[in-house]
Parts: sequence; C-alpha cells; structure tokens
Amino acid sequence: MNGLYLQLHAYMLRVAIPYGTFSSKQMRKLAHIARTYDRGYGHFTTRQNIQFNWPKLEDVPKLLAELADVEMHAIQTSGNCIRNVTADPYAGAVADEVDDSRIWAEIVRQWSTLHPEFTFLGRKFKIAVSASEYDRAVIRFHDIGLIAKKNDVGEMGFEVWIGGGLGRTPMIGKVSNEFVPAEDLLSYLEAVLRVYNMCGRRDNKHKARIKILVHETGLDELRAQIEEEWIAIKDSSLKVPQYEVDRIRAYFSPPEFKVLEVVDRGFEIKKFESPEFARWVSGNVVTHKNAGYAIVNISLKPKKLPPGDVTSNQMEGLADLAETYSFDEIRATHEQNLVFAHVKQSELFELWQELEKIGLAMPNIGKVTDMIVCPGLDYCGLANARSIPVAQRISKRFSDLDQQFDLGELKLKISGCINACGHHHVGHIGLLGVDRRGEEYYQITLGGSGAEDAAIGNIVGPAFSSEDIVNAVEEVISLYVETRHLGERFLDTYRRIGAAPFKSRLYPE
Amino acid sequence: MPLLKDRKIVDDAWTLLADDDEIPLTGYVVVSLDRFINDSGAILACDGPIGVRLTSEQSPQLIAGALAKLSLVQLEFPVFTDGRAYSYARLLHRLGFVGEIRAVGNILRDQYLNLKRCGFDGIELKEGVTEKDWAASTSSFSVPYQVAHGTAQSIMSLRERRMARND
Repeated sequence: MNGLYLQLHAYMLRVAIPYGTFSSKQMRKLAHIARTYDRGYGHFTTRQNIQFNWPKLEDVPKLLAELADVEMHAIQTSGNCIRNVTADPYAGAVADEVDDSRIWAEIVRQWSTLHPEFTFLGRKFKIAVSASEYDRAVIRFHDIGLIAKKNDVGEMGFEVWIGGGLGRTPMIGKVSNEFVPAEDLLSYLEAVLRVYNMCGRRDNKHKARIKILVHETGLDELRAQIEEEWIAIKDSSLKVPQYEVDRIRAYFSPPEFKVLEVVDRGFEIKKFESPEFARWVSGNVVTHKNAGYAIVNISLKPKKLPPGDVTSNQMEGLADLAETYSFDEIRATHEQNLVFAHVKQSELFELWQELEKIGLAMPNIGKVTDMIVCPGLDYCGLANARSIPVAQRISKRFSDLDQQFDLGELKLKISGCINACGHHHVGHIGLLGVDRRGEEYYQITLGGSGAEDAAIGNIVGPAFSSEDIVNAVEEVISLYVETRHLGERFLDTYRRIGAAPFKSRLYPE
Repeated sequence: MPLLKDRKIVDDAWTLLADDDEIPLTGYVVVSLDRFINDSGAILACDGPIGVRLTSEQSPQLIAGALAKLSLVQLEFPVFTDGRAYSYARLLHRLGFVGEIRAVGNILRDQYLNLKRCGFDGIELKEGVTEKDWAASTSSFSVPYQVAHGTAQSIMSLRERRMARND
C-alpha cells in the first residue's frame, strides 16, 4: 500500500496529500526530500499528491521517516485499497460551496485509513468530495464521488455518484443515492464498498473496477443491493456523531480574515498600471467568498518544465510565499497546479512579483497550455508513447499569450497509454499515445469534460505521427476559431457543430 | 497447519471431508458448499457439529438459511490478494451467525490484524508461525481509526470518552 513503484528507469514514490491541503513546513520538507533523495524536483499528480521520480530504493526508509516528521506518508497511494481522498481545491474559500468539502474528506480519510475489510479489494478505489454544483474535483469520474448538499429543511447530506472512471473503459458515474444524510455517510460508503468487495469481478484486472460492476449488474439492481446492506448497518456505531464533525470542522475553521472593502483601490490601480499583472489576475485569480480576498491559482505549466513539476528552490519559495500571503496553507489541484486559497487583494501585486521571481507566474490557468499530462514513456513502464515532449511542443506552438487568451478555456489532456493517467478522455481536446509498429502515434479525442458538464471525448479518426500531431492540434483549434460564436468556448462550439467538420478538416479527401 | 484461536495455537477438532467421504455420526466435519447442498439430508441428520467451507467465489448468502445449524464456516483465501472473505466474515456476523468463522488458505502475517478486526475467530497459520508472531502482528497498530467487528475502541470513541472526562 506504500506508493513505491518500479518505473522504467528508477523507483517512484508517491506521497499522499489528503484533499490536497498542506502547510509551508510540509512543502519545505518535500523540497528537502527532492534535493536530498531525488534530482531536485517533485511532480504533482492529478490526485492532489506528489511523486518523486528518482529515489534510490535503499533511501526509501529514511525518506519515509523524514515524511513522518511532518505528519506525511505514502500509505494507500498504491495497491487495491481506498486511495488518498481528494476534494475541491477551492474548499473554504469559494462562495458557491455549501460546506468546506475537506471536512468530509477528512472524515472519509479517517474511516478509510487501514480499513481492515477494504485493503485487498478487486482493484484500486478512488473517492473524491465536493460541495458545489461546480465540479472542480472530477467527481463524476471517481469510483465514488460525493457532492455535499442541503435538503429542503437545511440538513446536510450527499449526492453519491458511483462507477465513474477513466482508464481503458471510460465511464461517467451514476447517481446511486440522491441524498445520504451526513450522519449516515460512513455506513453508506461501507455498504457500497462491501457490495463491491464481494461482487466485483476478480477474474480480470481490467474489468475489476466498480464501474464494470455497475455496468454489468445494472444501476437499479446494484443500488438495491447497496440499500439492503446499508439499511442493515446504518444504525450502528458507523453513525458520524455531531461532536466529531464539530471537532474536525474546528481544524478547518476559517483563518482570521480582516474586514476589507469588496474592491481594493490599490489593486485596481496596479491592474491599470501593469497589463501583465492584469492578465495574470484575469487568468489565475478567482473571486473569494470574503470581501477583499482572492483565490490564487499558481500554474505549474511554465513553458519549459514538464507539467506539474516543481523544483526544490521553487517549493521553498512557495512555502515562504504561502506563509506571507496565504495563512501558511497550500492546495494541490487535480489539474496539477497549486492554489493559495486566501490572499488579500491588496497583496496580489506583491505576490505576483514574487511568483515571477521563481518562474511561477504563468497566467495560463484553464488555457490551452495548462495541460494535464501523464509522465509517459519518459518515466513509465506502461506507456506506449512520450507525453511530456508533445506537451512541450504544444506549449511552444501556442506560447503567444494573446492567442491563448483569445482561445479562452480550452482543456487539453495527454495520456501516454490507454490507462489514461493524463485524463485524455475528459479533455476538450485529448491526446492518447499509441504504439504503431514501434513508432509513437497520437490519437485525438474531442469533446470530453471532467467538470459538471461531464462527457467522454470521441475519437475523431486515425492517429497522427509524433511529427504531425502538433499541426493536427493546431488545425482543430483553427477550425474552432473560424467557427465559434462570440464568447463560445471550444467545448461549446464542438457540441454545437459536432465532430464532422473537425473530421473533414483533419482528414481531407 | 497450526490453528490459532483466541491468541493460542490449539488442536483442531475438525476434519475436512472430501465430497465422496462418508459422513461420520460424531460430526466435527467440514464439507464443501456443493456437498452441503446436494447431501443436506445426511449431513443434517448427523448428531455432531457440522461445518461448511466456502471458496472466495461463494458468498455466505448462499447458506444464510442454514446458519443456525452450522458450528463452523471456513472462508478460503486462494491468494492473499483476494480479499472477499474479509467482507464475507462481516456479512456472517451481520446475518447472526454465532459459530466459528475460520480463515484458511494463503494468508500473510501483515493480514492477521485485518482478519481479527473483521471477526475471524480461527486462523489456519502457515507452518512455523508462532503465537508470538501472531501477537506481534496484531499489536502493530494500537488504535484503529474506524469501527469494525469486535470490541477494539476506535479513535473516535476514545476521543468521545476523553471529552466526557474533560466536561
């Protein structure tokens, strides 16, 4: 269950960051580990964790001991168990949530840690928690996705999505229960896991995820089995007592926000004076629920480094900045970026300047160069093709920021094989690396989305060679630019006009 | 294979019958699910205690109606990675089974605590494993996070007690 894997060239250690939230002290330790035991960098993953790609096997015990010094570990980041629980990276900072999803993710984390019954499941099991109608945690593509909501009388509960997943058989999750009362959350999860553990397939590991059980059993039948188990165990010590919720909530209590003006005048002036700063604000900064504060996305997709990679020096810089500007707290996102959740508007300009100094002020959040990319054949023994060099060539081709802003939200995701670690199925544009007689080829999918408008992308046609793939992506984007209505995102244009025009553009007679 | 019950290695009073063996009137025999279903008249006529062995493909739901007549259910682990029987053990408890639940097959030391916490009463250990090994493995974690089978106090309930004391 310790996330240590032998990869193509070396061992990889995956460190758990529950719900992606960690402190400056922990970040400094990660920087130290990267410098001492690795090659001076770490890689943030799509499940809000961090991976080290080059530790020596004999160093791993020391490395784990160092992690334990800052209350971190690598348990349940591999194996057929319940993996590290993820949550909305804007939790506690955004106005559209009904609660801080990390509170419930923490309750689930405690319940699932070293669970005696669910440590040898048929396959890995991933749970994500959100508390908003906007999906920033890919809820619909998890084994279980939880969306906190309130019922008509104001009580908290969860909409439960089961059987979502990517990989070689991508499936959008289905709602197994529209409202599980909060106090019954753990008994419901236990019922789902028990039914899955007993009934999920064990004969073929490619058919062992719960999505296949949902598909083969049928949602109604499976739901009935879950309900039967749930009713039998609901009124037991699995009930989550209110004092425990309150106790855990206290750990996530809001920092001491100052009472500030809704709009900071100095901030507005700086935006006016510096178009570059204004562009970074428009690309990376999101409205905070508290007046005078902002949520800052820090892009880990600079031009040159592999997506999601951060050097030890950058990590230390970020640790200092989080202490100064964001209450000593950092979030990792599933899109392989970082978030400072609580920054004063009046300090954004300083923070931006400081981020510039460590090369982390790219204003490309949600833009075409903000790609999710798996490690690919540069690191991974499963991959058919390299992902990182293709990402870098796309980054270069679209490096013009004016063009990126003109293209608007465009989610491009690259996987080096059908296991889909780069989430290509849910990319507005997805690239999948395939092997064709020893050559690296790339298949294009269009129209996917991992957000609340969840969709699985469609394969548009035969794969392109490594040489041609960037041109092909550019053709797809050109067609969008020529066809879009005013203000229309790539995804919406695709949904409006369908795949046919893209097909004829990419594969002319 | 040494049988461990209640922290001690004990003599095993039970015999596993092949499907064509005679059923002895004295009981203390374990039969396969097929035998139990096909030959239930003869098996249940036996005076002594009866046990059934389930493979990891066979849910205890299949014998739910007969649990009151059984004194032992053996649950197989064909490989240590096949964890279905952990849930089967918990299901047996939930179905009200009061006899012995025994783990047999490919089991690793690291799994003893999980077995204990899922309510297995007896474990067939590998040759050479001692009571000490069992004690060491099952005491490697002092407090569990979550409620499972048995009396182990979860972290949550210990916190509750401490809060009550402080009030």
